[in-house]
Amino acid sequence: MKPAPFEYHAPRSVEEAVAVLAEVGHDGKVLAGGQSLIPILNMRLASPGHLIDINHVTGLDDIEITSDSVRVGALVRHSGLERSDSTHAALPLLRQAVVNVAHPAIRNRGTTVGSIAHADAAGEMPAVLALCDGTVEVVGPHGIREVGWQHFFLGALETVLAPDELAVATRFNRMPPGTGTAFAESARRSGDYALAGVAVRVTVSDGVVSAAAASFVSVTDVPSVLDLTPALGGRELADAGFGSALDQAAEAVREHVAPETDIHASADYRRMLVAELTRRALPIAISRSNAAFVHESAVATVSSRTNAAFEGLGGGRR
Amino acid sequence: MNEMLHEVTLTVNGVRRTASVPARRLLSDFLRHDLTLTGTHVGCEHGVCGACTVLVGDEPVRSCLMFAVSAQGLEVTTVEGLGLRPDARDCATGQSMNPVQQAFTECHGLQCGFCTPGLLTTVTAYLDDHLDPTSDEAREAISGNLCRCTGYQNIVKSVLRAAEIKAERRAPDAAEPGEPHPGPVAAEGVPS
Ligand SMILES: Cc1cc2nc3c(=O)[nH]c(=O)nc-3n(C[C@H](O)[C@H](O)[C@H](O)COP(=O)(O)OP(=O)(O)OC[C@H]3O[C@@H](n4cnc5c(N)ncnc54)[C@H](O)[C@@H]3O)c2cc1C
Ligand code: FES
Ligand code: FES
Repeated sequence: MKPAPFEYHAPRSVEEAVAVLAEVGHDGKVLAGGQSLIPILNMRLASPGHLIDINHVTGLDDIEITSDSVRVGALVRHSGLERSDSTHAALPLLRQAVVNVAHPAIRNRGTTVGSIAHADAAGEMPAVLALCDGTVEVVGPHGIREVGWQHFFLGALETVLAPDELAVATRFNRMPPGTGTAFAESARRSGDYALAGVAVRVTVSDGVVSAAAASFVSVTDVPSVLDLTPALGGRELADAGFGSALDQAAEAVREHVAPETDIHASADYRRMLVAELTRRALPIAISRSNAAFVHESAVATVSSRTNAAFEGLGGGRR
Repeated sequence: MNEMLHEVTLTVNGVRRTASVPARRLLSDFLRHDLTLTGTHVGCEHGVCGACTVLVGDEPVRSCLMFAVSAQGLEVTTVEGLGLRPDARDCATGQSMNPVQQAFTECHGLQCGFCTPGLLTTVTAYLDDHLDPTSDEAREAISGNLCRCTGYQNIVKSVLRAAEIKAERRAPDAAEPGEPHPGPVAAEGVPS
């Protein structure tokens, strides 16, 4: 099907964009990469009277890396984030996750900030924003405000963004030293939205886990971070009992998530899947924490139990 | 209905093309209906099947998920333009084919041909960045394009063969027959 008629606006600056948004109010929609919005328009699930195309707005396509954070502008495409080596060096979780978003042709247009603004519970990047304790920078008629991830998402496809506000960037905080991250998901077909997915981070010092956490895709309606330190904290990687700590972490995940049944998978299956994905992702994150090198033998035993099967679960996509 | 029209000018396959269209005109329909370049196919119109994939600059994108107005001033390559690229050669059929088109004909990488324009553009861009893919990588590269006919085996073979042909054509003393194509003239259709 084809979209219903709309009036097209192509502002050149953030101020101009916000002015148009304020003028058209609820009848307007921001058009970024269009990879979620245009399917919705094509299927006539929505027919806004005005589209505000931000693709010509200047100053929104930068990735800025500081010692604390990676700031991603609203016109940075998923593929730009994926390709940026300096971004990968600063915060490897971004590339680990973004390669799981759709297919290359869609990543070439779709924006990372757009996928956060879209707030799909099946989106990878909202979960990543949460695990990085990130912030959304929002500009409206009354100036800039910053919204922490906990306050940004209201429900599936629902955020605190007002109709006259533009998300101009998101800031992902970098990880403390000694932290490794991993992302794992499972989808029916490569590039599809995941049935379940997980992003994990583990901080290791002197061979002992000092902090761990996970956030989830497709199994919670808004992004949420589960602290896994109670399960893993203080555990020595070399300890033969580390496997049971991983079981405990998986159990905590099973209890935390609230998946729904749909045509693609039952709630129970998703719950089982995300717990297992977490169990497999944690050792990978540990093996990537710098500190892990000290206790290489311990890490090798932990991860060798899981890696072979991991590829088949879709977590192995680069 | 009195819809406002926008004058959209883009460079398609090396030629500047202009048409006045409503803002809601999808790039796929702009190419097919307004420019009569019907090589670009439309399957699902929501980004899933990949049949409508074209190159914007050097990058594959879904033309069904882009408005023509948003493509204002950009360079677009459709399947009709692949035979005009520098690594295209005149082939036995008399038509100019780039390595990917040549490989699809050699390896029977198509049956009905509906998915083919999207695969050819996708694989063309992919091989620019990945000179020597493994068959697993080739599978991953085409995973965003659905084909209802072939079962994909011959498409994977075509990707690998295309990489070989591309390497042969790149070699300075390539024994490959045929002349490099002189460049954009008029947009021609792909062999059907
Ligand atoms: C076949 C297919 C598969 C996909 N698979 C996945 C997947 O596996 N995982 C995944 O996460 N995504 C997936 N996507 C969606 C893709 O990641 C989108 O690019 C992304 O969700 C939205 O980004 P966009 O820039 O395209 O936004 P648009 O489609 O332009 O906008 C989406 C929504 O966000 C709003 N918006 C966008 N930017 C801003 C802004 N700066 N300020 C305020 N509001 C804004 C728009 O108004 C609109 O409501 C898929 C899409 C397709 C077509
Ligand atoms: S028609 Fe565009 S992806 Fe199917
Ligand atoms: S050849 Fe028929 S759909 Fe691929």
